[in-house]
Amino acid sequence: MNQLTNHPVTIALAARLRAHAVRMTNRAKASHVGSCLSMADILAVLYGAAMRTDPARPDWAERDRLVVSKGHAAAIVYAVLAEQGFIPLAELETYAANGSRLAGHVTKTVPGVELSTGSLGHGLPVAAGMALAAKRAGADWRAFCIVSDGELDEGSNWEAIQFAQHARLDQLVAIVDYNKIQSFGTVAEVSDLHPLADKFRAFNWGVHEIDGHDHGALLTALTAPPVLSTRPTVVICHTVKGKGISFMENLLAWHYKNPDDDQVLAALQELGPELEAKA
Amino acid sequence: MRNETIAALTSYAAANPDVMLLTADLGYSVLEQFADLLPDQYCNVGVCEQAMVGIAAGLALSGKRVALYSIANFPTLRCLEQLRNDVCYHDLPVTVISVGGGLAYGPQGYTHHGLEDLGIMAMLPNMAVTCPADPHEAETLLPQLLERRGPGYLRLGRAGEPVLHDAATTITLGKAVTMRRGTDVALLATGPILARANAAADLLGERGISASVVSFPSITPLDEECIAQLAASHRALLTIEEHSDHGGFGSRVADLLMASGTPMRFGKYGTTDALRGKVGSQSYLLDLLPAIADRAAALL
Repeated sequence: MNQLTNHPVTIALAARLRAHAVRMTNRAKASHVGSCLSMADILAVLYGAAMRTDPARPDWAERDRLVVSKGHAAAIVYAVLAEQGFIPLAELETYAANGSRLAGHVTKTVPGVELSTGSLGHGLPVAAGMALAAKRAGADWRAFCIVSDGELDEGSNWEAIQFAQHARLDQLVAIVDYNKIQSFGTVAEVSDLHPLADKFRAFNWGVHEIDGHDHGALLTALTAPPVLSTRPTVVICHTVKGKGISFMENLLAWHYKNPDDDQVLAALQELGPELEAKA
Repeated sequence: MRNETIAALTSYAAANPDVMLLTADLGYSVLEQFADLLPDQYCNVGVCEQAMVGIAAGLALSGKRVALYSIANFPTLRCLEQLRNDVCYHDLPVTVISVGGGLAYGPQGYTHHGLEDLGIMAMLPNMAVTCPADPHEAETLLPQLLERRGPGYLRLGRAGEPVLHDAATTITLGKAVTMRRGTDVALLATGPILARANAAADLLGERGISASVVSFPSITPLDEECIAQLAASHRALLTIEEHSDHGGFGSRVADLLMASGTPMRFGKYGTTDALRGKVGSQSYLLDLLPAIADRAAALL
């Protein structure tokens, strides 16, 4: 309730990202809108407040890195890059179109994208390598990595989780978009992650466990020093798949369906107050 | 050849602090020379080849050139998608050094036989694929792969491979090296099995057949000009590799001959199903295959 007052910039940014994602998936008849919406607030706080970036210099050596390992949430990643000025806003209209550079999975040819992803379980090892580079260089930038809950089924993540704590990668921050729904059903039904925080603690990671739609909690967790002084940090974000669009929330179908024109209008209406908050 | 290769890597990395070496916990008694001299450029990531390749990609995206070290299939097939997506499609400077290529670990069983790696690595975009025949080829190719600043694969035997070139021989990535010139059949070999090609040429000579022997340390890029010249100047070509006879070096040469409309007598010599599941030393296993000289003579 007080979020809008306390964090007007990132709240408005998140609303715009949601609006872009809905329009883009509608236009491209693309799937994964639910996966985009659950991480809108995370991206808005990262780019709007927490991360050190410069859209004019996407390769700036001292920037914070963000690897989005859940590459299927490409629409909203491109949306935040456009909102921040890495790419033109108008380019979002080309999402997944013939000849576009905006592929349906996150692709590095787009300025601001650090790694092409789409096959799950690839991002966290790469982010660990980035954090290792920063540590060996004595640099102070951080490597963030957003992983989905479903992709934590991939063993390569746990290889990286084990390595990162042993290598004392305190500049690595994993962010779990824990929306509880994966490709074929709920996480609890398919391959239950509970107790997820305990799993990370057992691997010697520092843990934040927060409401992934609470901008204050996100900002605190994403800007805090490492929970454990020499270990990596995970921010487990409890989120809602399809968050922000009432008829999409918590429904597996929106992993696959794309909104029709009427649904776009209804969605934009729901986002209205927050969208208008920009002004 | 592994010790010479790591010595070459160590001296290159000493002069180039952006070069790092990662291992997935293999290389006991081999990698210590690097680790002791350059601890800040070394990391044993543990037994996790998928993560190792991802970590290498992350380092490379942050300005490092990275060499990876492991055995046969572990740094290639186990982490194939990480190599494909994270390294090759991103065109990153990561060089995979694989020890125990072919049947070098013969007694250890088929998990340790690297018989499909060359073909699979050569399919990957941007990847330079090399298979040195002796320590000289290995230690001279490694710096070239690092200088290239792209994905690379260096497939090594193990230890004790004989030196087949004199130290002054120039080895250039993408170029073949003529070992001897003949007129009837050309033996095109990649890797340490080159020594057997040399011996086969001697046997053929005793039978009155004149054989050329050419070493191909690079599979990608392939020395197409040399192959065209060999095709034009011989009655038959036989490719020789310690790798499946499907999809590897021989298949690349066959593709080239077919695509260029070069009709000629051609054979591929490599490992076959006859070796599947067999256990024994490298030479024992290779001796289970037909003799190279017989295969070459049968082409004429």
